[in-house]
Amino acid sequence: MSEFDQLYREVILDHYKNPRGHGVMEDADAEAEGQNPLCGDEVSIYVAFGEDGDTIDDVMFSGRGCAISQAATSMLTEMVKGRKASEVAGMPKEELLEEIGIPLTPVRLKCAILGLTTLRLALHKGKGTPLPEGLAELEDLELR
Amino acid sequence: MAVTTTPKLDAHKLRADFPVFEQPIHGKPLAFLDSAVTSQKPRQVLDAMRDFYATSYSNVHRGVYTLSERATEGYEGAREKVRAFLNASSTREVIFTRQATEALNLVAYAWGLDNLGPGDLALVTELEHHSNFVPWQQIARRTGADFRMLPIDDLGELRMDLLDEVAGDAPVKVVAANLVSNSLGTINPIERLAAWAHERGAIMVVDAAQAAPHRRIDVQTLGADFVAFSSHKMCGPTGAGVLWGRRELLEAMSPFNYGGSMIRSVKVEETLWNELPYKFEAGTPAIAEAYGLGVAIDYLEAVGLEAIEQHEHELAEHALERLAELPFVTVYGPPPDRRVGLVSFNVEGVHPHDVAQVLDWEGIAIRAGHHCCQPLMTRLGVAATNRASFYLYTIPDEIDRLVEGLRKVKDVLG
Repeated sequence: MSEFDQLYREVILDHYKNPRGHGVMEDADAEAEGQNPLCGDEVSIYVAFGEDGDTIDDVMFSGRGCAISQAATSMLTEMVKGRKASEVAGMPKEELLEEIGIPLTPVRLKCAILGLTTLRLALHKGKGTPLPEGLAELEDLELR
Repeated sequence: MAVTTTPKLDAHKLRADFPVFEQPIHGKPLAFLDSAVTSQKPRQVLDAMRDFYATSYSNVHRGVYTLSERATEGYEGAREKVRAFLNASSTREVIFTRQATEALNLVAYAWGLDNLGPGDLALVTELEHHSNFVPWQQIARRTGADFRMLPIDDLGELRMDLLDEVAGDAPVKVVAANLVSNSLGTINPIERLAAWAHERGAIMVVDAAQAAPHRRIDVQTLGADFVAFSSHKMCGPTGAGVLWGRRELLEAMSPFNYGGSMIRSVKVEETLWNELPYKFEAGTPAIAEAYGLGVAIDYLEAVGLEAIEQHEHELAEHALERLAELPFVTVYGPPPDRRVGLVSFNVEGVHPHDVAQVLDWEGIAIRAGHHCCQPLMTRLGVAATNRASFYLYTIPDEIDRLVEGLRKVKDVLG
C-alpha cells in the first residue's frame, strides 16, 4: 500500500464521509470550541454526562475542517463514549493516533489532535478541574 | 499606434537555472505552484552568495581592511540596485529590513506612534495580508486612533466608490493597501487610492510583496509614501527585505530599533541618530542576503520585468480557462486582465488541506489555508482556499497537471 493510500485509507474516508456523533447538542453538560489557526479548521465538542456526573453518556461534534481532523474527531467520539470523563480528560494523544493508524506529518498531526484537545478542554471546563499546561493556553486564545 | 514588443520569456530554458527542479517529488517532476508564498532560487543567486561569503565577507561600515571594504561595497551596491529597481531618487530612501513584514511594522511603529492620535483614522483594505492589517490595528489601539477597512466587491476588487462613505468626516492619517493581493491576485488601483489619501491629508503605505517580483514598480509615479517588499519572493534569499520611503517622512521619523550603526554620537544625556538610511538599520544587517537580493534583481532585470508580467498573465488566462472545465471547482477573484499569475479556488466538498495533500502525491505544490488573510476569508465565507501561484519558471504543463490532479482529488474525496 502506498503512503498515499494509507493516508486516505478506507476507514478514514468512511469516518470523513459518514461522521459519527456529528451535530450540535442542546443543553450539553460540557462543551468547548477549538481552532487550528494554521488551516482554519474549527470544531465544537458537546458532552452529556451520565447520572454519576462522570461517565460520558454521549458526545457530539460540529464544525468544518479537513478529512483528517473530521475523521479523527469522529473516531474519537466512538472511542470515549461510556468512559469516565476524569480519565478521558487526561487521555494522551498517542491513544488516538494509534487508532487513526496512519503516518502523519507534523502539520497534519495538528489536524488529527484538534478534536481531542477540544474534548479535553470541554471536560476540564465541564468538571471545573484546573486546565493542565497546554490547554490553559488554548483557553486564553478563546477569550481574546 | 505605437506597438511595443516585449521579448517573450522562455520558461523551459529558465527552469534550468533552478536546481530545485532537478529532483523528483514522490517520483514525479516537481510542479512548484506556490511562488506567492516564496520563490525558488536560481543558481546565479546561490553561487554569488557562496562566492561572497568565500571571498568578500566581513561586517559592513566598520573595518578599514580590504575584506570589510569588499563587504561594504557588496552591501551598498545592492542598495543602489534596489534604488534603480524602484526608480527611487536616492539610496537614502532605501532601507534594508528583514522582510516586508518588518518594513511595514517599522512604518506602523516609527511613523504611527508619533502621528496617530485619538479620533484619527487608519484605513486598511479587506484584501490585506495580516502584516499590513494587524500592525495598523494594534498601533491604532495604542494611540486611540480609529481603525477601519475598505470592503471589496464580489470579484475581490476594492470598493473605491465607498472610500468617502467608509472614512466619513474622520481625519484620515494613513491608508495602507497592497499593490497586489496575495490571496486573490487582484491588482489594486494604488495611484487612485494614493491620490484620495493625499487629498485627505493621509500618507499612503503600500505592501508590494506580491507585486515587486512580478511587475515593474516606479515609486516616482506610484504615488505611495512607503513601499515594502521581500527578497525571498523574487528569487533572492530569505532574511532581506526593503522599505522605501519618502525622504522627508523618513527624516522626521524616530528610529524603530536602537543599537549600533544607527547612531551618530552617544552620551549619557543624549544620543544623536545617524543619517538616512542607517538611522533605520540598527545592528549588523543581513549582509550576504542583501547582496543576494541585488543579484536577484540583476537576474530579474536580465529576464525583463515586462516579460515576466506578460508570461504570468498568459499563465493566469490558461489556468482560469482550464479550471473552468471543472464544474466542482469555484474560482475566486477578478478576471485575468486585472490579476497577476495567481488563482485561488475551492473544490466542492473537499477541504483545501486534503486537496493540497492529494496534489503533493502528484508532485504538485500548492498552498492551502487562509493565506494570512482571515478578514478576507470571512468575506468569502470560507475557512480557507487553495491557491496556485506562478512565476517566471512556471510552464503551462504544470497547470494542466494541476487540473488532472484536481480530478483525482474529486474522485478520492468528493
